[in-house]
Parts: sequence; structure tokens; C-alpha cells
Amino acid sequence: MTSQDALNRRNRRTLLGAMGFVGFMVAVSFAAVPLYDLFCRATGFGGTPMLGTAAPGAVANTTINIRFVASTNPGLPWHFAPQQVSMPLRLGEEGVAFYTARNDSAQPVTGISTYNVTPDIVGRYFHKTACFCFTEQTLEPGQSVDMPLAFWVDPKILEDAQARGVRTITVSYTFFRTLGDAERAGALANAGPHVGR
Amino acid sequence: MAYAQAHDDHHDHKPSFVSRWLFSTNHKDIGTLYIIFALFAGIIGIGISLLMRIELQQPGMQIFADGQAWNAMVSAHGLIMVFFVIMPALIGGFGNWFVPIMIGAPDMAFPRLNNISFWLLVPAFLLLGGSMFVGQGAGAGWTIYPPLSDSQYQPGMSMDMALFALHLAGASSILGAANFITTILNMRAPGMTLHKMPLFVWSMLVTAFLLLLAVPVLGGAITMLITDRNFGTAFFKPEGGGDPVLFQHLFWFFGHPEVYIMILPAFGIVSHVVSTFSKKPVFGYLGMAYAMVAIGVVGFVVWAHHMYTSGMDVDTRAYFMAATMVIAVPTGVKIFSWIATMWGGSMRYDTPMLFAIGFIFLFTVGGVTGVVLANASITQILHNTYYVVAHFHYVLSLGAVFGIYCGIYYWIGKMSGRQYPEKLGKIHFWMTFIGVNLTFFPMHFLGNQGMPRRYPDYADAHWGWNLIASLGSYVSVASFVFFFYVMYVTFRRGAVAAPNYWGEGATTLEWQVPSPPAFHTFEELPRIR
Repeated sequence: MTSQDALNRRNRRTLLGAMGFVGFMVAVSFAAVPLYDLFCRATGFGGTPMLGTAAPGAVANTTINIRFVASTNPGLPWHFAPQQVSMPLRLGEEGVAFYTARNDSAQPVTGISTYNVTPDIVGRYFHKTACFCFTEQTLEPGQSVDMPLAFWVDPKILEDAQARGVRTITVSYTFFRTLGDAERAGALANAGPHVGR
Repeated sequence: MAYAQAHDDHHDHKPSFVSRWLFSTNHKDIGTLYIIFALFAGIIGIGISLLMRIELQQPGMQIFADGQAWNAMVSAHGLIMVFFVIMPALIGGFGNWFVPIMIGAPDMAFPRLNNISFWLLVPAFLLLGGSMFVGQGAGAGWTIYPPLSDSQYQPGMSMDMALFALHLAGASSILGAANFITTILNMRAPGMTLHKMPLFVWSMLVTAFLLLLAVPVLGGAITMLITDRNFGTAFFKPEGGGDPVLFQHLFWFFGHPEVYIMILPAFGIVSHVVSTFSKKPVFGYLGMAYAMVAIGVVGFVVWAHHMYTSGMDVDTRAYFMAATMVIAVPTGVKIFSWIATMWGGSMRYDTPMLFAIGFIFLFTVGGVTGVVLANASITQILHNTYYVVAHFHYVLSLGAVFGIYCGIYYWIGKMSGRQYPEKLGKIHFWMTFIGVNLTFFPMHFLGNQGMPRRYPDYADAHWGWNLIASLGSYVSVASFVFFFYVMYVTFRRGAVAAPNYWGEGATTLEWQVPSPPAFHTFEELPRIR
């Protein structure tokens, strides 16, 4: 029976190892949430713009066309649109553009926007120095505000064989109602009796 | 093992009905339960597909109330076929039955764990089946992408029921996989080295590792989905800082290995059948084994080829495209090794061999359309069209399901002690072969004409091929019904099966024990020279 005991011990060890694998993979799948976010921010993957760095000033004579688009999630009772369709911008120069948002509902509403740029490849060359999209925005009923953003395009874009030919960069925003505000207003979609948050 | 101590006097002493089938710890009984379960779930899954083909036979709405009802049925069909038909039949069913016998082990390493693996599937299936009848049903497809699967678009309990069903089915697979790995690594008979293991055991070993690495990621993703739906988290909600595309990455990191999980055991079965009916050892044994390992490894780094239209730059698409095409190499090694096994062999075309050759032919067709779809540029157009539906039904419905039939006809005599009637088996093969090809081949044309997936209605121009596909599906369903008749005849009037009823080509250990094997297979553990 001793060989049976030895086998049982070995089996238990293997099972434990296998379960360790499983635990590790579950942990990795949750770790993917912050890591994916970090990865997109660091590499500009999927058109994620770079944040924070100040513009070096115009260094090249090349200009690039910046277009602006806006969309609004149906859950947010706002009118949201860019004030300019497009603008030319010299590489390295800081540009400023404005969007307008108006609250069409009868109560104060808080929104937050997601943002990216297309084509995907220019994410790592498109820098935002200031943007309304960095924070939540609250509008009183009927209030209309101008929302500014400041940005510049890295001249290094000319050294990238993939991105060199890009003549137009489209800056896109989608405004959502924040989860907290939706919950306060009772507009939060939920699968059952709402719990938490 | 528990029985061995209580009933050591006779190795074929069986316990009472309840303790034999409900509290079963015997790998053969659990395998039988899995196969019965898979056939039952198959009736439901195939029944749903019949409803779908009736709906699509004509343009306009025929029998479904609305798009959501259709979506709920499509989703249920996909999830049932993947988690409750193919996986239980190939992994739980044949895996449990034959892995311990083929490696000369007395049973699985953890017989009670094996029991709970099976019984977790039953509530999982009930939850998924029930979700079709609660509220509007869970209509987010088998890929359950948010935002479609979130609380805004799938309100009510049914989506949560489906997600919980996936959790239970996932737990069942993980426990089963851990059990297989332990059994195969630790409990081989003396002399049975890894490089002497039958290919079916190799396929189960690779499958088990894929399950162990892939399913927990699905578990993590659907846990996040459940908390997003019910507890106010924002893993996949952009308004809370989440990203719906992350779900696609997590899902396909599971989902792509999952398709290999479904097909690898069929590879194993087909290898045995081809070798048996050619009366030759399989060509390039080591190449066959390591081709499966290679498919498993590379299968983990190609997932984003399901996401070509989700927003990816050219370089990333180029990588995933190249990596995906690399998989065609080990797969080609397997296909050509099967052909080389048949080459110059003394071939017999019994029903299992027909299904094996059918498998090789149809899987190759599905593989070729797979290489077409691997091209990011072409997939920009073919994404979510019926071309994709045709592709994955050729590799799964005509691949994995042919593998299941192949295994059943090959081993039914071994498992039941009664041989199937050859003539009826052949009729069943040809009905199935004609039916499924008639159903799925026209879908290539529909896809090329631009018909999108997951709609209950279509433009009139698509009517012709849809009609043919629907007629083909009726033949397929008839062949499935006929299969049950074949099984009925087998059990009622089948000839008593000898221990090795296939003769000299069948060399693995299961052919050296009686048909059916005794309750405790080996009185004395075999020794492999």
C-alpha cells in the first residue's frame, strides 16, 4: 500500500499544481484590466492619444489637417458638437479647438467623455495638453458651455513609415452620462435590484 | 478505488443503480453519463438549429416573434453545441472512457472529482436552457460581447442565468482537465512512456492543458460582466473608464484555444481509426503528437484574428494574420500524416473509417476557408457574414461532430458489448454527409454575396441558397433521428462484440480487455514493453 500512498501524494501534488495554474490565469485575466489600459496609454494602441507633455513649438513646415467629430450616448440628454469642422495644424505647434455642450434636460446632469483619434496608428504622435475630457462635466438645466482642448502633433510622425502619409487626423469624443449621475437620476440600466456603487 | 477495497473479491461486481449512476466514481460509467448527456443536449441544440433553418427558409419572418427571440435561440444553439454537446462527448465521454484504459490505469486519478465534473454540467445546462424561457432570453450570441450583453440591452435575469451556466460549465471543464492531466502524467502503466502513449491520450493531454489555461480567462471575463451587470462596476463600460474591446481580447484569448479544445480530441480519435482500418501504425507518430502540441501552443497567440474589424493598426493585423497562418503548418502535418497512414494500407471502409475520411475531407475544406479568413484584408469584407458561419460549421459541425460519430461507431461495441449493424451505420454516414454538406456549403455563397450573420430575415436575393441550406438541414436532422434508430438496433439486436472486433489493426490497450470491459478494467495492471 505504500506505493499507493506515494501515488496519491504525487497525484495531489499534480492537482495542486494544476489548480495553481488556474488561479494564476484567473489573476492574469483580472490583471489584464489595468495592464490593457496602461498598454493603450503607453503605446497609443487603438488611437489612444498621449497626455500631458507640453508642445515643443513648431519645428517643421508640414501641416496636418485636424478634424473634429462628436457623438452623444442616448442616455445623456445633451446636445454636443464641435465648433469647427476642421483646422490645419503645423507639426509641433499647439492648437486649440472648442466643442459646445448644452444640457437639454430639466435637471443638472453630469457627463464624461471617452476619446480617441483615427487613424489608429497616430495615437502615439497625438498629444493632448488640456482637455475637457479629462474630468467630469456638470451642466445646469439649459446651460451651454464651450469646452476647450489643446493638442499638438509630434513631428516624429514624419519618421514613421506607417504614419508618414497621414494628412488628416480625426479627433473623436463620445459623451456618456456618468454612472454616479445616472444612478442619482434613476436612469441607470440594471439587470435586477441594483446593488452597490 | 473506493470500490476496490469494499469489493476486492470480484472485479466485475457492480454497485446498486443509485450509487452506480448518481454517485458514480467509475470512469467508464461517468464516460457513459457524459455521452448520454451530450446526446440529450444534442437533441435540444439540433432542435434549435432546425427552428433556425425553418425561419431562414423564406425571406421575412416565419416562426420567430422578433429579432430578440431569434438572437436568444442563436445564442443558445451556439453555447449548447460548444459546452454541452461537443465538449462533453469528446472530452468527458470518450476521454473518461478510454484514457485510463489506454494508459493502463485502474481509473482516473480523482474519481470523486470526476463525478462532480459531470454533475456540475447538469445544473449548468438547466440554467442555460431555462434562460431561453425567462424574460426576453439571453440574445448576445455565444461571444456575449458587451455592450450587447450588458444590462442596458439584455435586461432581466436570463443573461445572468446564461453567464452563470458558463461559470458552472467552466468549473466542470477545469476540474475535468486537472483530473486528466494528473491521470496521464502520474498513472501510466509501467513502460508506458509519454512517447509510447496512444495519440488519443496525447490529444486529451494537450486539450486538458488548453482548458486549464483558457477557461479561467473566460471565468474572469464573465465574472467582470456579471459585476458590470449587477454590482455597478465598469470593467467594460466606457462611461466608467472601462473598455468593451478588452472583453473581446479576454473572450478570444479563451475562445480561440476553445476551438482547438473541441477539435483536438477528434484528431486523436481519427488517428486511431485511420490506423486501425488501414492495418498500419499511424504515419509519423511523434510528428502527429507534437503537431497537436504546436497547435495548442500557437493557438494561444492568434486570438485577435477574430477582431480584425474591432480597430487594430496594420502591423498588429499583419502579426495576427501571419501567426494564424502558421497554424496551417502543424494541421497540414496531421492531414498528410493521415493520408500517408492510409497510403499502401489494407483499407476497410467500415462506418468509423467513412466518418474518419469524411472528417479529413471536410475538416480540410473548413481549414482552407480558415486560411482565407485569416487574411485581415479579406475579413474586412467577410467579417460576420455567412462565409464565417460556413467556415466554423465545416470545422466544428462537420469536423468535431464527425469525430464524435467516428468515436461512437469505433467504440460502441467496446462500450456496450454489442456491435452496431454495419449497413445501417453506412446509411447513417451517407445521410449525414449529404445533409450537412447541403446545409453548410451554400453558406459560403451566401457569405460571398454579403448575407450577414445573426439576422432572422434577409434580402430576397439570398433566397435560393437559403432554401437549399434549409432542405439540407432537414436531411441532417433526419440523419440524427436515424442515428438513434441505429443505436436502438445496436442495443436490441446488435451482435455480441468480441474483445478485439476490428482485428489486427487495433493495437491499443482497450482491445485487449473484454467488450464491455469489467467494472474494474484490469485485474492486473498491464506492462508495456
